[in-house]
Amino acid sequence: MKLILIFISAALINNFVLTYFLGICPFLGVSNKSENALNMGLATTFVMTLTAAVTWPVYHYILVRYNVPFLQYVAFIILIAALVQFVEMYIRKSSPALYRALGIYLPLITTNCAVLGLALFMVLRDYNYIESIIFGFATGVGFTFAIFMMSGIREELEFADIPRHFQGISITLIIAGMMALAFMGFAGLIRG
Amino acid sequence: MADAPISLWHEFKKGLWQDIPPFRLVLGTCPTLAVTNSVENGIAMGLATLFVLLCSNVIISAVRKQIAGQVRIAAYVVIIALVVTVADMFLAAMFPPISKALGPYVPLIVVNCIILGRAEAFAQKNPVLPSVFDALGIGIGFVMSLATMGVIRELLGFGSIFNFKILSEAIFEPWIVMILPAGAFMVFGGLVALVNFISHRRSSGIIS
Repeated sequence: MKLILIFISAALINNFVLTYFLGICPFLGVSNKSENALNMGLATTFVMTLTAAVTWPVYHYILVRYNVPFLQYVAFIILIAALVQFVEMYIRKSSPALYRALGIYLPLITTNCAVLGLALFMVLRDYNYIESIIFGFATGVGFTFAIFMMSGIREELEFADIPRHFQGISITLIIAGMMALAFMGFAGLIRG
Repeated sequence: MADAPISLWHEFKKGLWQDIPPFRLVLGTCPTLAVTNSVENGIAMGLATLFVLLCSNVIISAVRKQIAGQVRIAAYVVIIALVVTVADMFLAAMFPPISKALGPYVPLIVVNCIILGRAEAFAQKNPVLPSVFDALGIGIGFVMSLATMGVIRELLGFGSIFNFKILSEAIFEPWIVMILPAGAFMVFGGLVALVNFISHRRSSGIIS
């Protein structure tokens, strides 16, 4: 039951993009086409799940054990960068078609603050191993959800008559604000 | 060398308007949105970022010739992560309430695109002194942006500035939405539009 709650909470109620403002850069940058947005979302979900799976043992069995938890930021960022690199190499070998689809987005994931944020929240909330993996996956699903919806709205916006100074980033942010309002509706799903 | 002071001044000044980070470059958006629900948090976050940016720019421009091109991004990230660790521990020791309010957003300075962006775009190509001015300009521009967001959101959301009540509740109903995430996005969007508007006016010569 707790796992389901973690999933719903991370994917919808406390959506990383719309309530914690993590991962805004790709959210604004790669959301102009639905197809790209979906690919970016899937790649990020994949990396997030792996990140949760790898950073948890490193934090609990290496950093805590040798009493150096203050090194967590350095350790996490190196792990994430290495992980992204390995994922990129693996996909290039195993599935060139997928690599072409995701190619340019993969390196960008290293600097996606949602991935580092995920590792930090995981430590902060004291999740156990299974909970962490669910949390990582759910966060990725939430990110995919937000970026995919945004891209759908932005595709429609191309035909809209927007005041000149609001074009581009500005209107996108205002729409994101409205999406954040809409997502607040999910807050009633979980009590307490 | 005669124009050295002018170009240093130029490096400093460009961060204040021409390249002001969140509104023009749209970098560092996460902290801009997340911690600006009060002026105090916004300024604290801005100063922490300024400190990290200054240190990382100095270190990176000092060692720029020792780092091989292929591994430079990884090296920069490690340097930035170390500086952020220092900043985080300093905040936690000296200003516990602020450190608590900012929470995980202090460690997230590591992935703030402004810092890596300046390292890549400026510090790796320039000597230490111009890098210092570049960091100060961009950093102060960032502090100003966060403070502006904070003033608007705190004034409209709580009717106060620096926790000091300005609009009394008898005449002003606080806009709760300004404190919520939705308000952050909307204020940011509005400010980007305002910056576009002013710079468009400037370039067409209506105001100077």
